[in-house]
Amino acid sequence: MESKEKAIVLNEKDNVATALVELEAGSSVELDVGGKPLTVKLTSRIPFGHKFSLARIEAGAPVIKYGEAIGNASAAINAGDYVHVHNVMGARGSTGTEGGAR
Amino acid sequence: MSFLGYPRSDGSVGVRNYVGVISTVGCANDVAHWIAQQIKGTAPFLHQAGCGQLLPDLEIVTRTLASIGQNPNLAGVLLVSLGCESTDVDRVEQEIAASGRAVKRVVIQKAGATVALKEGLLIAQALVSEASQIRQQEFDDSRLVVGVKCGGSDTTSGLASNPAVGAVCDIVVDGGGTCIFGETTEFLGAEHILARRAVNQKVADKLLKIVDDMEKRVRASGGDMRGGNPSAGNIAGGLTTIEEKSLGAIAKGGTRTIQDVYNYGERVKGKGLFIVDSPGREPEFLTALAAAGAPVALFSTGLGVPQGFPFMPVIKVTGNPVTFQRLPDHIDMLVEMTAGKGSGLKSSGERIYQEVLAVASGKQTKAEILGYGNFPGLYTLGPIV
Repeated sequence: MESKEKAIVLNEKDNVATALVELEAGSSVELDVGGKPLTVKLTSRIPFGHKFSLARIEAGAPVIKYGEAIGNASAAINAGDYVHVHNVMGARGSTGTEGGAR
Repeated sequence: MSFLGYPRSDGSVGVRNYVGVISTVGCANDVAHWIAQQIKGTAPFLHQAGCGQLLPDLEIVTRTLASIGQNPNLAGVLLVSLGCESTDVDRVEQEIAASGRAVKRVVIQKAGATVALKEGLLIAQALVSEASQIRQQEFDDSRLVVGVKCGGSDTTSGLASNPAVGAVCDIVVDGGGTCIFGETTEFLGAEHILARRAVNQKVADKLLKIVDDMEKRVRASGGDMRGGNPSAGNIAGGLTTIEEKSLGAIAKGGTRTIQDVYNYGERVKGKGLFIVDSPGREPEFLTALAAAGAPVALFSTGLGVPQGFPFMPVIKVTGNPVTFQRLPDHIDMLVEMTAGKGSGLKSSGERIYQEVLAVASGKQTKAEILGYGNFPGLYTLGPIV
């Protein structure tokens, strides 16, 4: 059943998945990547809505979601690693918390 | 596939059959409101613009009102004017008349609001009587125009409801119909990706320019959209970069080629996927969709928002089951959390599309039944003077 999926890979070109529930460190997550099954063992806890890697991403290589680069790895990322602001740098604009619209 | 709609003499197809009571300036709102409250079959369009504004803004106001009056859901139009407004009411009237619609005008400064009200009530009643004789007909779904919006977004928006609504856009465009989206501020950071989908370099350049212009206006007002994105709340929700945030928002427009980019208040011509330059705020953006010529809109939401529009049905779709349960009076549809990909995407896209056809054919949306959406906005750029 689709609704039982714990994480989603939005596009088959993606190298990250997004957690649909909170996932525990050390747990194995079964994924559907463009119809093909893939199991990834998590190296840390992944909160709901946050991302983890499907495979190794070298430092400087693109991090892909929606089939597009959302930024580049700022350090090497291993399969199952938590992927967020600590190891990804956007190619455009900065990551910050000042200004912007409310 | 097909839907039941109302034929218009300009070749468009309405999904509702109203007489529009359009205020041409903020000071005329009350009379327009009174008429629309009394005469069944009318829908008001009220706003605060049309006076004390600079020329570039008055051009936006005039063209937007002329376009609003030509929305496919309007069979006829009553313009409620003050008399001394800066809106070019003659041009609004002429452009609506040129579309083949019956259009009349009452002017408050001629003999006061009570006389304008009396005249307006009789005119609106006669226009509704005329409109009520137009019969619904079956139309191929290639005649459908669908507007798309997202708002009150949360983590589920980018994962489920936006891609699912985007799948509907792909269905509409592949079927020969028209889909319109916008919210220029949400392209920021992913505009280079979106520009790659433009039909030619000219359209790509237009797209990049509207983002650049919007950003410059924000900066001139002392803000910084790029520096503040993603926000602390976005990052806590799992969004890592501005590209990721914008890609999630853009997903609602689907994946097809972008045929052209229009200014706010302009009427979209042609088939396929189009962009209207516009802010993301609901009242102003829904007006942009109605002005562009969309008779029906799809609204993707995470937290849940109530807005509809006076004469354009707005279908609310969420991927958040808590929101769906909490707001039964506002949200029309729930999609699965896995709606964003593969087989889930296809089936939820098709399910929402069936609802679009049902609503187009007459099924009432939650916002329509509730009567929520009587306070649209009209977007202008400059100071009020």
